[in-house]
Amino acid sequence: MKSRVKLLAAPYLAWLLIFTIVPLCVVVYFAFTDADGHVTLANLGAMRDYLPTFADSLLLAAISAAICLLIGYPTAYAITRAPASRQRFLILLIMLPMCMSFLLRTLALVALLEDQGILNNILSAVGLGRVTLIRRPAAVVAGMVYNYLPYMIMPLHSVLVKLDGKLIEAAQDLGCSRLRVLLRVILPLSVPGIISGVTMVFVPAVSTFYISKKLGGTSTAMIGDIIESQFKTSYNLNAGAAMSLVLMIIVFICMGIMNRFTGDSEVDLL
Amino acid sequence: MNKLLKIFTILVFAFLYLPILLLILASFNSGASLAAFSGATFYNYAELFADDDLIGLMLNSILISVLAAALATVLGTAAALGIFRMRKPVRKLILNATNIPITNPDIVTGISLSLLFAFVGRLLRIESVLGFTTLLLAHVTFNLPYVILSVMPKLRQLNPSLNEAALDLGYTPIQAFFKAILPEIMPGILTGAMTAFTMSLDDFVISYFVYGPEFSTLPIEIYNYTKKPVPPKIYALFTLTFFALLLIMIAMNLLQIRDEKRRNRAFDKVSTR
Repeated sequence: MKSRVKLLAAPYLAWLLIFTIVPLCVVVYFAFTDADGHVTLANLGAMRDYLPTFADSLLLAAISAAICLLIGYPTAYAITRAPASRQRFLILLIMLPMCMSFLLRTLALVALLEDQGILNNILSAVGLGRVTLIRRPAAVVAGMVYNYLPYMIMPLHSVLVKLDGKLIEAAQDLGCSRLRVLLRVILPLSVPGIISGVTMVFVPAVSTFYISKKLGGTSTAMIGDIIESQFKTSYNLNAGAAMSLVLMIIVFICMGIMNRFTGDSEVDLL
Repeated sequence: MNKLLKIFTILVFAFLYLPILLLILASFNSGASLAAFSGATFYNYAELFADDDLIGLMLNSILISVLAAALATVLGTAAALGIFRMRKPVRKLILNATNIPITNPDIVTGISLSLLFAFVGRLLRIESVLGFTTLLLAHVTFNLPYVILSVMPKLRQLNPSLNEAALDLGYTPIQAFFKAILPEIMPGILTGAMTAFTMSLDDFVISYFVYGPEFSTLPIEIYNYTKKPVPPKIYALFTLTFFALLLIMIAMNLLQIRDEKRRNRAFDKVSTR
């Protein structure tokens, strides 16, 4: 009986093998071969030219994740302080943008920031003159923060809302100041939420290819942009695969480092 | 302090909704620009409903999302039941592998699948393998982890004697599953199905690498639109989708509240008895 129940997983395991594990092996295969199928290290060797791009992408994604955490943490905390019925509505308002086309929302952000955009029109109307807001790394960071902030708030909220109020009361009874309660009780207990939020912002941010294209200048091309153009414009599948492989390894290393902080406890990604 | 926090939160919400508000305004704008409002009109909505191509693309998106979510829900629920019965090291290994499509950047998932399809195409000597099937396969693949991760916790919460009790009362194992186990894990299955559906509906990055010319979805077309000036009817579509989703979410919220109240009342009755 028991073994027959296990068989229910068989179709999925076949699917997992064919559409998740094998494709990763195919990426490795393409990364180490040339267009004719001969084994080569040239694709990975060529990555040296893209080192600055990799560094820029990592830096911008890390800054975005940090800003999301700084903005997201107080917001998530404030939401948990709201009465239950309003809390649910606020969470709904956080989730709603996640379901809407990020392409169009990014375009709206461009309309806000561009040279003839809304912010610049307001600035020039009040006599402050126009400022270049777009086509710079800061604009890309703004786009990332805007797009991925909900992914930071959700896991933080789900951790903070489960926090036992008695622990905070106990800490206060024992003479902790509000700041110490925050630093010694609330913050350590929300580490799993922080890790999961940072991951959920960092991973899509480091690999994005639309946000940087619309908000960044020519100098701020990111890894995602280059991978996309290898596949969609120059049709160099092998170079694209090599780049994807490196990106994947970088992400896995980052995740490994972050998971160190959580120890054995499972991080709830949902 | 509390007041400061409140103002901060309001600002965050304003930041999240300002671009959305802009798009909604643009849907009523008689000009084509997002940045300048030239006058109010419903013209864009008329344009939207007259555009069969756009409505066709929307139906394509819904078709792919429904099919992918349904397939992933059946496969994923069966998988969760099976995985749950496995020994811990095996279970952990499989769950780690299940996490791959979630933790991997979308672009890598999209590229790995597109390379797989290219590889198979090369083996079979077919010019273009990309199309409806590859799109569906990709969507099921990235949906499966969300279903499994929503069903597993429900299985963990299950009372282990529930199945035995059902069997003792004379149910066959299959009846026991459908009458005793399934209703208990249903909330997890529904969450998984809903997550899968919304993920599919809005997916652009993975679809972009595995779609073929004969079958496209709305997000892909929107991407192609954004390379040239966007026709304002797209903003009208965005606005309608926004309010439809808002209504659905509020309705689900109200149902949940009613459900909880009912359960609390039932609990009160049991405990006062």
